[in-house]
Amino acid sequence: MDLVANNLSYKPDDQYHLNEVSFNFKEGNLYTILGRTLSGKTTLLKTIAGLLTPDSGEIEFDGKNFLKVPVWERNVAMVYQQFINYPHLNVFENISFPLKQRKIDQTVINDKVMDALKSVGLVGFENRKIQELSGGQQQRVSLARSLVKNAKILLLDEPLVNLDYKLREQLREEFKNLFSKGLADETILIYSTTDPRETMELNGEVIVLDEGKVLQVGPAKEIFENPNSLKVAEISNDPPMNIIEAKISDNHIKFEGIDVEAPQHLSKLTEDGLKIGLRSSDIELNENGHEFEVELAEISGSETLLHLKRGNTKIIVSIEEVLNFKIHDKIKINFKIDKAYAFHADGKLASSPFGGLNG
Amino acid sequence: MNKLYIFLKYFFIVVWTVFVVAPFLWALTTSFKDFQSVNGGVTYIPWLDFEPNLEGWKVLIKSPARGGVDIIEPYFNSLFVTCTASLISIILGTLSAYALSRYTFKAGFVKNNDITFFFISQRIMPPIVLSIPFFLFLSSINLLDSLTGLIVVYIVLLMPIAVWIMVDFFNKVPREIDETALIDGCNPYQAFLKVVLPNSIPGLIVAGMFCIIFGWIDFFFAFILTFTEVQLLPVKIVALNSSVTPWWSLSASALVSVAPLIIVAFIVERYLSKGNLSGAIK
Repeated sequence: MDLVANNLSYKPDDQYHLNEVSFNFKEGNLYTILGRTLSGKTTLLKTIAGLLTPDSGEIEFDGKNFLKVPVWERNVAMVYQQFINYPHLNVFENISFPLKQRKIDQTVINDKVMDALKSVGLVGFENRKIQELSGGQQQRVSLARSLVKNAKILLLDEPLVNLDYKLREQLREEFKNLFSKGLADETILIYSTTDPRETMELNGEVIVLDEGKVLQVGPAKEIFENPNSLKVAEISNDPPMNIIEAKISDNHIKFEGIDVEAPQHLSKLTEDGLKIGLRSSDIELNENGHEFEVELAEISGSETLLHLKRGNTKIIVSIEEVLNFKIHDKIKINFKIDKAYAFHADGKLASSPFGGLNG
Repeated sequence: MNKLYIFLKYFFIVVWTVFVVAPFLWALTTSFKDFQSVNGGVTYIPWLDFEPNLEGWKVLIKSPARGGVDIIEPYFNSLFVTCTASLISIILGTLSAYALSRYTFKAGFVKNNDITFFFISQRIMPPIVLSIPFFLFLSSINLLDSLTGLIVVYIVLLMPIAVWIMVDFFNKVPREIDETALIDGCNPYQAFLKVVLPNSIPGLIVAGMFCIIFGWIDFFFAFILTFTEVQLLPVKIVALNSSVTPWWSLSASALVSVAPLIIVAFIVERYLSKGNLSGAIK
């Protein structure tokens, strides 16, 4: 049973929330919608759920016009980024709510709810009030409520974004297990996120969305290795990919007085306005490297993010250890230039180290 | 410091309690006095200070033929009009408020907020402005001096309060809760009844409380729109007054008229402190 959309557009104000969005989702697959905030992810999910009606375009599910089916008959499930539950019901009543709505036999409901509680690790919490649970537990309840329905389409709208770091890691791991466990066989899973790492870890089919427009569709690995444009490269990397204005001539890349030998996949590009893209993790500290000035050094977890500057070129370097630098310190770095990307002046990918286009 | 704080706290509570309770004590003792005791200086302790008697209370239930005023019928009229008008106002007001909170209305330059303000504006106008239209309206449909007519007018007066409180309340109930109910298989009516309404009980209680209070204490419209057939309690109490002010029966009627509000206050207080929506969104 496929979920097919054609040219969905939604423009409630002067900005497109969805702009000619098309896709073809197949059952048993995980689709990740990657995009920054306000890129239209939630709008897209709400449109699929039926909470919003697009201005134009079509959605078909199982060969039938989905737009004609009201929300309550669509058999979709949705988990919001806020922890949405019914505050007047306890945990058990919350999870059984969608089943009760279908008038299923009480013993069947009990079994299903217990299964759902087991799969989200909340056995023993049946009689708790929602207000008595932590944020992570509340989100598990709303996940359980969406699992218990056996919905054909499961929508997860940034389900981890409001949780703290530790819980996010833990729940993400549980999500991956859940998704791989049979659930996925007959369900279309759609997961929206702003986090490139989450996208890579979930390892599904990725749809990169920006300003309501689909920029690129492909497996997570493909998006990571061959982003088709500067924008995708920015969105799919955290910290965003460094973009350096450079010139390539005589097999050398030149910028800000730095001159490095061009790797093979970049050597043929000689046009003007070329931009070189390099991930923050593909730059390393090196005594014999090029001198840059520290503008800001932030430590996040076990890595250090250095914001560096040389002339007009600003870059971010991430180093997998905790280092202390002061502002205006001079440090020397080396570029792993064979990992560099090149983009045309219009932002399209020119060459990638993984064989995209000219490589 | 701490002891001083506790002392001041209790001192304040005691002073405040005296302020609140003293009028009740005054009314209660006065209701058992006769002309002599009322005019004989300040006295509070029955049997010691003055000889209590039940005349003030008896007047209230005696028929006019036997020299009483009989507030029993007006009392139940008031109860009936207030409760019916409040109930209808709450039902209509809640439905309107939900629509105003969740759906977008537009008629030219009139939008949701303007409609909400239109409701509230009914309460901004001084009652005297409304009295003539109400009088003409009720007389044109032959409902002057009737309970039904009073209920119609009170709904016009009370519904704005319900709309005003409930719009604000529904705006604070996350829309995602309704959406989740829809996704979970409720049609919009079920979503409202099964999910939104049970989470709106505190708002409903506040709105209900205000409707009951404003309905119960209204004198002005009850006075203008009724004559002989139907009388409401506040009008009847005012009618008690005569050339010699009957403090004893006035006190007694004040006590019986405030009783329902005290009962409402006790019930409401218990519900309000619960707070039902705190876990909806974090």
